[in-house]
Amino acid sequence: MDKLAAIREKVESSEPLDFEDAKYILQSNELLQIGEIARSLKIKKSGKKVYFVFNKHINYTNLCVSKCKFCAFYRNGDEPDAYTMEPEQIVQELSKMPEGIREVHIVGGLHPTKPFSYYIEMLKAIKTNFPNVNIKAFTAVEIDYFSKISGLGYKEVLIELKKAGLDSMPGGGAEVFSDRVRKKLYPNKIGQEKWLEIHAIAHTLGIPTNATLLFGHIESDEEIISHLFKLRELQEKYPGFLCFIPLSFHPENTPFEGKIEKVDAVRELKVLALSRLILDNFPHIKAYWVMLSPKVGQIGLHFGADDIDGTIGEERVTHAAGAKSPLGLAKESIINLIKNAGFVPVERDALYNEIEVFN
Amino acid sequence: MIEQIYEKVFNFERINKDEGRRLLKEGDFLTLGKLANRVRFKKHPERIVTFILDTNINYTNICYVGCSFCAFYRKQGEPDAFTLSVSELKEKIMEAQRMGITTALIQGGLNPELPYGYYLDMVRELKKSSVHVHAFSPPEIDLMSKISRKTVDEVFKDLKEAGLTTMPGGGAEILSERVRKKISPKKISTDRWLEIMEKAHKHGIKTTATMMFGHIEKEEDIIEHLDRVRSVQDKTGGFTAFIAWDFKRENNELGKTVKNGITGIDYLKIVAIARIYLDNFDNIQASWASQGKDIGELALHFGANDMGSMLIEENVMKEAGFRAEASVDEIASLIKKAGFTPALRTTDYKVIKYF
Repeated sequence: MDKLAAIREKVESSEPLDFEDAKYILQSNELLQIGEIARSLKIKKSGKKVYFVFNKHINYTNLCVSKCKFCAFYRNGDEPDAYTMEPEQIVQELSKMPEGIREVHIVGGLHPTKPFSYYIEMLKAIKTNFPNVNIKAFTAVEIDYFSKISGLGYKEVLIELKKAGLDSMPGGGAEVFSDRVRKKLYPNKIGQEKWLEIHAIAHTLGIPTNATLLFGHIESDEEIISHLFKLRELQEKYPGFLCFIPLSFHPENTPFEGKIEKVDAVRELKVLALSRLILDNFPHIKAYWVMLSPKVGQIGLHFGADDIDGTIGEERVTHAAGAKSPLGLAKESIINLIKNAGFVPVERDALYNEIEVFN
Repeated sequence: MIEQIYEKVFNFERINKDEGRRLLKEGDFLTLGKLANRVRFKKHPERIVTFILDTNINYTNICYVGCSFCAFYRKQGEPDAFTLSVSELKEKIMEAQRMGITTALIQGGLNPELPYGYYLDMVRELKKSSVHVHAFSPPEIDLMSKISRKTVDEVFKDLKEAGLTTMPGGGAEILSERVRKKISPKKISTDRWLEIMEKAHKHGIKTTATMMFGHIEKEEDIIEHLDRVRSVQDKTGGFTAFIAWDFKRENNELGKTVKNGITGIDYLKIVAIARIYLDNFDNIQASWASQGKDIGELALHFGANDMGSMLIEENVMKEAGFRAEASVDEIASLIKKAGFTPALRTTDYKVIKYF
């Protein structure tokens, strides 16, 4: 029996794949067969449903003490486009949200001077003004930073944030769990042990979280695979991950522009399929179309993804500028994209409760 | 049952129009891709993907047919209307040749003011250089026949004498009268397009066949199109490749009535169906120039064995608001990433070099 048939058999009998299987998948030329195997697992888990959500992204500051090399977003503080939003500004920004937003996604740089109370006030202000919106806020990197500036332990930080209104946490800042890559690309960012510890604590406190992988830079196949196995293990011990989102690295506007080619679509789809197959204890895998492009994101639904996010930056900007029903349009185009791929669109909230099924 | 159709394709049996239509309507995305790949690897067992380095020159944008999907055409007298003289055309091609192209793909609007001799001079003059002349789609041949009052056979005889050996497959759009009457009523009919291609092949002039989809056509029309070109190919064997590209909605009349552009999945399904249905075609191109690099790359897993051309100059799609930039190295690297060996080829699909 060839290797891929053996992998298919394992997946069919719910047997976990091992490191060698994963390596084979990333190196194989049988792209569509890999997609088929990942899709069969997706269908076992969520049938023909594909989830989308309408959320609003708030990036409260672009000041950051971390200064990661791959980041095009951070500023030092004296640039004309450096900014920080006060809680009132955030509330004001959110009050412009169209009806039907289920979730606020809040992440920011590591601000050099703001105290821990700034973040507590931010959450309280949002919760008071928008009690029905799920607040998904702060990556493990920010939690670690809050611990440093407050002198509190991770657990205490998370308890305080939860009291102030934190509902769930995004999965950013994981990058690749590799000390080799970390030293080269993001030496000031927390390492894998801390990232995993913070997510484990969040899960035990009843705060669901997501997980990500940033790939397509200098990482090896082995580093991607071991990243996935570490997440799988954490989920086994401390369940609480809702969704995994592989993120492809975009070299534009970073020091890697012209040195690293953007990762290609075949690789993106293989990593997506591999994620579905290794993370068999994760309920959801997202083909984040903002990152993958709508075309590849849609194709990702046949490679194991059951979620396509739903945030559409452009439409939001147009809405702020007074366009009439951008959310409606955005929703329609997402529904079309999912249906066109042959799946059933389901609008969800932050915790994957179904709001509406579009048959 | 759709499974029976899958099985037929799996066993390399020819499918009919009904079966083709069902595959297109109901076929599973990944299954279609896998079947198309099976057909592709039977024809081309090696993991080689070819591409060509060429320039696409439009000698005039003046066109009297004014198709509703076209953003390129101008009427005589409009400020940006142009017609290149044979020497201007040659100059452009020489410039492209210095950049390394091997072929000049030459097409133009249907400009009745141009004399018959213009076309013959063009081919004769360009033939003096080492660039391969890949020129004129069936609508242009039809126009030449009208203005010269010669038969199509006589026109081909003249063009061949002047040096023409291959022709692009443009102007096909959708070879279904229901669609043509709506989107390009003044352009030559399906029958005429096919008749001209058949005659070209009889004169030893090899051609490609194209299809432009993603507007008002239905699945039936696409299968009709594939079926018609397959029938001609059975008779002549003169088509070298099939190329599908999607309709671009910007800056044209038809675009205003088409709500959604096609998705990547739509495009890849068409590539797969073309590979499956056109069992007598050697080559299927992935049009990365119209779909972008991601989908171009993925098409190589959906039955395409050729990346098409590098298009040093391309005006028609550019006018419709679209431009994909890519260098030779980028395309070669993309083919490698997809898991294939890149090879530069000539217009008649002979490999010049491997990367």
